[in-house]
Amino acid sequence: MSVPRYWREEVPRYRLQGKKCKACGAKYFPARPVCTCGSTEFGEYKLSETGEVVTWTVIRNPPMGYEKYKPYMVGLIELDDGIKILSQVVDVDPEEVSAGLKVEAVFRKVKEDGKEGIIQYGYKFRPVVE
Amino acid sequence: MRKVAVAGIGLIKVKEYWDRPIGSLFQEAAYKAMKDAGTNKIDSLYVANMSGALMQDQLNMGTVMADVIAKPGLPATRIEAGSASGGVAFHEAVKAVASGYSDCVMVGGVEKMSDVLPEVVTSSLVMSEEQEYTAYTGVTKAGLSAMLHRLYLDIYASPEEVGMMAVKSHDHAVGCRHAQYPFKMSIERAMASPMEADPIRMMECSGIGDGAAALILVPAEDSGVEVAGSAVATDYCSLAQRDDPLTFNAVKTAADRAYKMAGVKPSDINLAEVHDDYTINGVLSLEALGLVEQGKAAKLVAEQGTARDGKIPTNTMGGLKARGNPLGATGIYQVAEVALQLRGAAGDQQIEGAEVGLAQNMGGIASICAVNVLRRLA
Amino acid sequence: MKTLRQVGIVGYGAYVPMYRLKASEVNRVWGGVGAPVEEKSVVALDEDTVTISVECAKQAVKRSKINPADIGAVYVGTESKPYAVKPSGTIVAEAIGATPNVSTADYEFACKAGTEAMQNCIGLVGSGMYKYAMAIGADTAQGKPADALEYTAACGGAAYIFAERSSETIAYVEASYSYVTDTPDFWRRAKQMYPRHGNRFTGAPAYFKHIIGAGKALLDEAGYKPEDFNWAVFHQPNVKFPINVSRMLGFTLDQINPGLVAGNVGNTYAGSTPVGLAAILDMAEPGDRIFAVSYGSGAGSDAFIFTVQDAIEDKRGGPKLSSYIERKKYVDYSTYLRHRGQIIQ
Repeated sequence: MSVPRYWREEVPRYRLQGKKCKACGAKYFPARPVCTCGSTEFGEYKLSETGEVVTWTVIRNPPMGYEKYKPYMVGLIELDDGIKILSQVVDVDPEEVSAGLKVEAVFRKVKEDGKEGIIQYGYKFRPVVE
Repeated sequence: MRKVAVAGIGLIKVKEYWDRPIGSLFQEAAYKAMKDAGTNKIDSLYVANMSGALMQDQLNMGTVMADVIAKPGLPATRIEAGSASGGVAFHEAVKAVASGYSDCVMVGGVEKMSDVLPEVVTSSLVMSEEQEYTAYTGVTKAGLSAMLHRLYLDIYASPEEVGMMAVKSHDHAVGCRHAQYPFKMSIERAMASPMEADPIRMMECSGIGDGAAALILVPAEDSGVEVAGSAVATDYCSLAQRDDPLTFNAVKTAADRAYKMAGVKPSDINLAEVHDDYTINGVLSLEALGLVEQGKAAKLVAEQGTARDGKIPTNTMGGLKARGNPLGATGIYQVAEVALQLRGAAGDQQIEGAEVGLAQNMGGIASICAVNVLRRLA
Repeated sequence: MKTLRQVGIVGYGAYVPMYRLKASEVNRVWGGVGAPVEEKSVVALDEDTVTISVECAKQAVKRSKINPADIGAVYVGTESKPYAVKPSGTIVAEAIGATPNVSTADYEFACKAGTEAMQNCIGLVGSGMYKYAMAIGADTAQGKPADALEYTAACGGAAYIFAERSSETIAYVEASYSYVTDTPDFWRRAKQMYPRHGNRFTGAPAYFKHIIGAGKALLDEAGYKPEDFNWAVFHQPNVKFPINVSRMLGFTLDQINPGLVAGNVGNTYAGSTPVGLAAILDMAEPGDRIFAVSYGSGAGSDAFIFTVQDAIEDKRGGPKLSSYIERKKYVDYSTYLRHRGQIIQ
């Protein structure tokens, strides 16, 4: 597991920090080097931390590194600002999820590099706590 | 640009070859192809392989396979485009002959998945996705497909109708000598199988298998099977960045280019080999290829429209589901099967009178797609 | 103890994970009878002290309406650091956007690590060194299977941002006090998975002596009597101890009830007193006076007097602690072990 690869994505993953194209205003998460309009000039853009589940699945046979969390849900979420994001959906059972479920970003552990390596954190979404 | 013909076809049965190394599988397919072509004077080699780096710790697969067939000196390269490696490698090989640079090219695909544990296969499949924001979620390729599957079920079809994609592939594999699972599977069995990634069930997923397939390409003459159209297109990798995730734009674009090059319309296609690694991807591919209207493919499949005598015979030798899906080799199997059909050499699987067929092979969740259209010459 | 310039809380957040283990479930497995709490909180598979800290810290920043880049210190008090070496505070500071002009450290003092961090933040802001300083008490406490602590060792936390007292602060610190002796009532040796404790020795010479020592000293210093307070919170390793110590100091059940959450949450260790204080702030009125005394084994207590200010009405939006406590899903003992990493680490 690469430490630099983790480290350089900390801010976007920890804070849901995206980019906004200075030419056309398109918002991106994750950041892109080139906008679909062709511009390479971007400013910072903070994503909405709430949104709705569009579609979802239950991962029962995970990739390596995620085994101990199974089963877990991954969903396509449309944030309140229109940005779509893939994320685990946590703190809820599969039968309680439906399209349109209101969710909010939380900071959670994503995986660990064994018992000796680094712990990787990031965003996940859970049903909004009122 | 020269016309290109498929002059030699070599396939081995897809299965678990516990006692054989990857090179031996490639060698067998390569020798069959050369024998079929009646020549061993190949002047370049393209090897389609997706996961050898992970499954066999092997890079430089082009050189390794040139070595395996005892042809040092041959220019060789490995082409990797996720599970579209085969279709993309074929496209590159076509360009080599069409350009006049090469006169006799071997393009072979090989993958040996049984060397690793299933979780390694799962990891390898998701390596075709963007890693830091898609794979990092812990999603799998089945999971990404499942999210599309759920959207499709919400709008267009029942689980059984989509599941019929797998049933039909199995129907067509019966009697096919190179198919991994040449037996029928009922819709009841598919729907009773455990969830793999809800709502996708295990019997809707292609399995793990080893395979190798090779083709010899030469300049086309008056007879045989020509490559009428060949195209590759890409899309944004992440489903989250696509306006309509149920539209496979890479498939659409590649198909349009290939149809144009071949001078055909979707209605001219007599048979199609489509990428049904998961039932939903086969369904969405049929739609993106323009063979069926959007939202109607699952219903068409359920109504036998993709059967051998249906409107558009599809996956005539079992598709990825029943012939098997040895990743990098899959796209070569598909083209080989279309060529066999057009030659009239498909045995029990033969679609009578087939003149134009296509093979559609994609990587990621349709983030890259190769569409190759073959035509029977006089 | 009083600071040179007066200090107040400008934002707070508290969090308890959603899973619960009933004491009856522990009894089912180990054949025990009776229990020091009804149920306790259990982490999700993907939660640890850092994620709990970030959850509280984000809520505190949001409520405070300050720019997180202005936070000068982020201190995490815990006895369940995910890393033995590598600060939890850096992760929290990065997640809330306080980096890089910030001081961070992890504090360890058993169950009073969180209030120790508060005490330090009060001092640092009081000295004028930092505009804002954040103290977090959070834990995912270890309870050895079959040990008495298994009923109570829970998870949760709370974060407090301190600032110079102003109309922006929601409660100001009137005075505070710390009281420490070397009393080995509970400890965990390096590289050991579970703590050990001295059983009844954790009572009179430890918990009661230090809370009463700190509490009485602060009351004397500030010139207050128990009846001068609307609310009080004491470290709550179970339900009985804080009730007994409040009686011994002269406080009533009515004063401690709003902040006494151990019965349904368990002992959140370094989070315990900070979480109880948050429960009180969730319902307190401007002008209310609050007495808070923590206890950490080893041993010592930090005592605080807060007076609630008008700004609280505007700065406690979003879910209250009770929302997190009521949002619960019961797990059986094997699921509990799984969540605690005791089946697969």
